Amino acid sequence: MAIDSIAALIEKCGETGLPLWEVILEEDLRENRGAREDSLRQMRRLWEAMKTAGEAYRPEERSRSGLSGGDSAKVQAAAEQGLLLGGSFLNEVIGEALKTSECNACMKRIVAAPTAGSCGVLPAVLLPLLRRGAEEDAVLQALYVAAGFGEVIASRASIAGAEGGCQAEVGAASGMAAAALTQLQGGSPQACGHACALALSNLMGLVCDPVGGLVEIPCVHRNVVGAVNALSCANMALAGVESRIPVDEVIDAMAEVGEKMDDSLKETGNGGLAATPTGRAIARRLQGM
Amino acid sequence: MKLFDIIGPVMTGPSSSHTAGAVKIGLVSRALLGSTPARAEILLHGSFAQTGRGHGTDRALVAGLLGMRPDDPRIPESFSYAEEAGLSFDFQTGSLKNVHPNTARLTLWDKKGNRLEVVASSLGGGRIQICRVDGIDIGFSGGSNTLIVHNEDKPGCAALVTALLAKFQLNIATIQLCRNFPGGYAVMVIECDQHIPAQLAEQLEKTEGIVRVTRLNLDV
Repeated sequence: MAIDSIAALIEKCGETGLPLWEVILEEDLRENRGAREDSLRQMRRLWEAMKTAGEAYRPEERSRSGLSGGDSAKVQAAAEQGLLLGGSFLNEVIGEALKTSECNACMKRIVAAPTAGSCGVLPAVLLPLLRRGAEEDAVLQALYVAAGFGEVIASRASIAGAEGGCQAEVGAASGMAAAALTQLQGGSPQACGHACALALSNLMGLVCDPVGGLVEIPCVHRNVVGAVNALSCANMALAGVESRIPVDEVIDAMAEVGEKMDDSLKETGNGGLAATPTGRAIARRLQGM
Repeated sequence: MKLFDIIGPVMTGPSSSHTAGAVKIGLVSRALLGSTPARAEILLHGSFAQTGRGHGTDRALVAGLLGMRPDDPRIPESFSYAEEAGLSFDFQTGSLKNVHPNTARLTLWDKKGNRLEVVASSLGGGRIQICRVDGIDIGFSGGSNTLIVHNEDKPGCAALVTALLAKFQLNIATIQLCRNFPGGYAVMVIECDQHIPAQLAEQLEKTEGIVRVTRLNLDV
């Protein structure tokens, strides 16, 4: 069985009695003829890299274009002063999403998950939980769920902004993160499926419109929406809210929306925010750099 | 598709296609040349040309030519490392025919003056495709150990090469044969599961009908 249906993965959990993360791990090993220890070691290496990516963050640093940097520090400072709504957990999620994405824009080391442009979403939801006592092994298991669901999204739809718009990058990351959070909080495989379906449904149609073609505006801030949406959808799924449309059908719909999306809205820098007067002026300034 | 194509790679930002993919193109080109180049002339096409500077595509390509991997934190400063390593380079933007939007043409010279021309595309997610080597259209990912044999297009060459692979106990994953015209010049691209030893390439190069042999080993 290839990893191309979330329903099939969930069904396999019922047949084998294995947890969802282990079904995904075993299917990947079968498909790619790998060894279990190698896979676990690799996932641990990726998680370590995800955890440490933010250490290179410098509040005063800016990207080469000058467009990105410093926003995570602003959110953190305002949260510490008690100025922000939503409580400390939510603002940590927002701060982490910005931090990893700003590090990416400043050419620092990050983990693509599923892409570099959406690299802030998964660490944003996982790191605040780790600080509140989540077990490392449980996080690794949640990452398998995220990766397995991401693989289904990649195989039925796309995880490239140039093919499917931002719904395929931040949207996919959000669906993966929602499933990971649900797993980490003890949700059933079915609940993980609903969390992913809800997250993808909420971001369906999101276009890829980077100003000047760079992974900066609006990508850095969209990582926040991906992370916060993941949190909302995981909470809904954990509470027993269900997606009326089955998750695989949501992914197929996302593929269809991606195909219908105009080329100007698929990473070409010719539509959406990139085509605004200010967006175009920034692009012209960058050309002259 | 593997799980670690979804989470991963660990990479220096900002773009898996324009930065990580560009480092890989540099790395594979360096491996095909067989050493750090002394000189590189690089043409950027399409989106590489339009947004390459902002994504550090130029620094990433040079980093790869120096042997840095996509997660190397020195990538942003690769130009100064190039000077130390004696690699001189220049960049141009231009248009190549019938290629993916994220494509670069690298013309490289090693210290002995051997020249190699590679056209490669970055397909997204850090995956790449080598499209052309020394003017002949081929296609391989650089994700496996790869043997490239340039030979005269005449009967028996493929048999000679595969027999030698068998002698060295190398298993073939994929094989492609291309030529410019019948009886002309041909290229064989063979992806192998094992490391391709230097002795194999040396023996091949001494064989009649074989013009040139290049190896790409991922473990070096």
